[in-house]
Amino acid sequence: MGVDRVRDEHKLKARLRSVIDGAATGLAILATVLVVAPLVAIFVYLVYKGASSLNLDFFTKVPKPVGESGGGMANAIVGSALLLGVGSLLGIPVGIGGGIYLAEFGRGTKLANAVRFTADVLNGVPSIVMGIAIYALIVVPQGHFSAFSGGVALGIMMIPTVTRTTEEMLLMVPNAVREAALALGVPNWRSVLSITVKTASPGIITGCMLAFARVAGETAPLIFTALGNTFWSVNLNREIAALPLQIYVYALSPYDDWHRLAWAGALVLIILIVLAVSLVRYVTSRGVLKGAS
Amino acid sequence: MTEIRISQTQVLSEAGNPPGQGPANGAQPEASAIRTFLLSRGNSAGADRVFQWLMVLCALTIFGIVALIAMQLVYGSQLSWHKFGFSFFAWPAGFTFASIFKAVLDPNAAQPNYWDPVNGHFSALPFIYGTLVSSFLALLMAVPLAIGVAVFLTEMCPGALRAPLAFITELLAAIPSVIYGLWAVFVLVPLMREQVNPFLNKTLGWTGFFSDDNPTGLGFFSAGVILAIMILPIISSLTREVMLAVPHSQREAVLALGATRWEMIRVGVLRNARIGIVGAIILGLGRALGETMAVTMVIGNSIEIHRSLLSNGNTMASVIANQFSEASDNMHLSALVELGLALFVVTIVVNALAQLLVWAVTRGAPARAS
Amino acid sequence: MGVGIEVTNLNAWYGTNHTLQDINLNIPANHATALIGPSGCGKSTFVRCLNRMHETNPIARVTGTVRIGDLDIYNDCKPVEIRRRVGMVFQRPNPFPTMSIYDNVAAGLKLNGYSNHHVLDEIVERSLKNSALWDEVKDDLKKKSGASLSGGQQQRLCIARALAVDPEVLLMDEPASALDPVSTSKIEDLIFQLKSQYTIVIVTHNMQQAARVAEKTGFFLNGRMVEFDSTHKIFTNPSDKRTEDYITGRFG
Repeated sequence: MGVDRVRDEHKLKARLRSVIDGAATGLAILATVLVVAPLVAIFVYLVYKGASSLNLDFFTKVPKPVGESGGGMANAIVGSALLLGVGSLLGIPVGIGGGIYLAEFGRGTKLANAVRFTADVLNGVPSIVMGIAIYALIVVPQGHFSAFSGGVALGIMMIPTVTRTTEEMLLMVPNAVREAALALGVPNWRSVLSITVKTASPGIITGCMLAFARVAGETAPLIFTALGNTFWSVNLNREIAALPLQIYVYALSPYDDWHRLAWAGALVLIILIVLAVSLVRYVTSRGVLKGAS
Repeated sequence: MTEIRISQTQVLSEAGNPPGQGPANGAQPEASAIRTFLLSRGNSAGADRVFQWLMVLCALTIFGIVALIAMQLVYGSQLSWHKFGFSFFAWPAGFTFASIFKAVLDPNAAQPNYWDPVNGHFSALPFIYGTLVSSFLALLMAVPLAIGVAVFLTEMCPGALRAPLAFITELLAAIPSVIYGLWAVFVLVPLMREQVNPFLNKTLGWTGFFSDDNPTGLGFFSAGVILAIMILPIISSLTREVMLAVPHSQREAVLALGATRWEMIRVGVLRNARIGIVGAIILGLGRALGETMAVTMVIGNSIEIHRSLLSNGNTMASVIANQFSEASDNMHLSALVELGLALFVVTIVVNALAQLLVWAVTRGAPARAS
Repeated sequence: MGVGIEVTNLNAWYGTNHTLQDINLNIPANHATALIGPSGCGKSTFVRCLNRMHETNPIARVTGTVRIGDLDIYNDCKPVEIRRRVGMVFQRPNPFPTMSIYDNVAAGLKLNGYSNHHVLDEIVERSLKNSALWDEVKDDLKKKSGASLSGGQQQRLCIARALAVDPEVLLMDEPASALDPVSTSKIEDLIFQLKSQYTIVIVTHNMQQAARVAEKTGFFLNGRMVEFDSTHKIFTNPSDKRTEDYITGRFG
């Protein structure tokens, strides 16, 4: 009798536990569906809207004045390219240098840990704050908004990302490769640049691309540095249009034609990001090295 | 073998020749010529030192950036700080706590003028309120879902699904804020206006938090939803990383006791990873606090504090985005910079905390399961 | 031509771990010298002290004197200079993964700034012939990457790379331990060929290998050198009991 009751109780408990297990599994799956489905929907919607709005004019024409239909974002594309060019010139070399320090010179030191930590924290500082700082640092002394100041803001935002990915990629290079170079009597700087960095270069390049794609969509730091411009300009010393800024302005405008242009601009940015993210995935999954042990 | 011997003999026989002769003839090069060349190369100690210092300088730039931002913000906010002091972060002069409270609770009461560029009175209260409310709404919605997704991805997901899902997560984390904003303006806001807000009003309107007297569909709640969507990928991918860092032996130990899969996840994984998960959540909070464009586009940008989450509002970041380039008055600018400074300090603290928590799990030993 | 190596009171540390204690040793020029001993006995650390690779680890430290030829390597010059005169082959083949076979062999010269293509061609060919790899790779010198070769070929490529800078001493740290028996015997043949020209120091855990290739053998145990003598003497009539125990397989 007693034994049976214990067994029954045990069975009941086991059943309960398996029900809870099933429920938890169900909930996790539900959460995933709840998250992934709308996210995929957003993505598909963006691509659909963008693709149906994109045409050749988008790439070749400047915006038409309010009330006229047509026009494109040629000036914003060129503006973004200029801003990103300035940003990359500043952010990529400094970022790679920082990554080289972390991986090749600073390993295990307190300074390196502090740099790594600060880089990660800096990554979380809102971009609008970066914009204020650059405004105070460059725009105020110059007395006017400029493409240059916008580029500097973007470049500064690239540094932490590039530093951290460069470090990660360099750490994937086996130590044996470094030793081989040093044992040949190759100077350290040469060995780092021509051997270690070169070996990790596919990874470093894609890391830079990712940082590039991320800041390509940054809007907040440009609002009061590059400001935006509806005319054609390639002057680094004047305000300049940028794709994300234009999307922001057009999205909040009351004109359907401008909405269409905003969607097209969003698609261009998304394509850039998809490319960068896929490349990073591809390179890191394959490993930075082919066949090296 | 014989071939090798011959070539060696040649080398040996030429080793005695004066250096430089071999290469000039284009014949067999001189062994000693190579050595002479290498010996002439110096030790490059100078170049090495310069290179190392350059790299250190690049690394130090990161400290420089943080210091520069801090300096500019502190300097720029002097004016506002000297005039208002700590009362900048409280209610505006002339208002009591009771009168503010009344204005918050009663939709019909007059709202105090928190932010008055014309008369030069500034209070950050409505922005702090808006930032906190929208961020916490976002966390409330995003955290359970993000943990669910992470659990599914690490512990239950079939292998074939894992890579595409991780890819989608990564992609969504990289989509710019302004594009989420664009989507929200054209899809989310109408949806909120037509469907969600009336429904919330009908079912939860009695609480006072969901009284729908806002015809736009904008507001705190919409901002919370778009923020939740934006921080979901960050929280779930970090949670996943932290869960993966829990050693396999912990899982096996629990399974060996006859635990079900859920019990294994709860006891073996979540409990060990919980410090890191808290870190991931705080990191998500940090992102939400500073998120600018998407929020600016959907929060309604009114400088008021209402009890209803469906009413329009403003955040610290969104008011800066909206007003900074148009602010002509020095005090107004300074007040905006001070908001930026507050945002900077808060996000630095939040991010540092989050980073330490995540590192505690992924770098060192797993957090103790006491 | 090779030069002799004279080691006096060499001590080395990894952090607080005293890995080499008071090593005194004369390694003869143009001969192969084998270092044997159980793993962790310090023999690898010892060869890494001979080209100052030991100190590339930030927690490592060395005291004592090492003279290679007439050069006191810890006092008279920088690490870079001595490493150009002392070639090293590592336990696992480590060709530069992004370089072609040709560039791998020429790396030591090219990365040090040498650019005469005619001479480089000659040196690459001679080095590959000296390392018995030429016939296998001569058709795709610049087409194939160093990493695409088999393990044994990679190791011979690494030997060619070390020979290309025309070193006086060749250090080999268990060069065949990661290879199959056929590749191992090729490497051993090679050492036999090369030792008339270079001073070779080879670390091995394989006693037959030491017996086959080396004229002199040193036995290391727990960071000390127990015995150093002609290979024949070490393997037939060691004077130290511990050496005898190790040779006969009684421990380790």
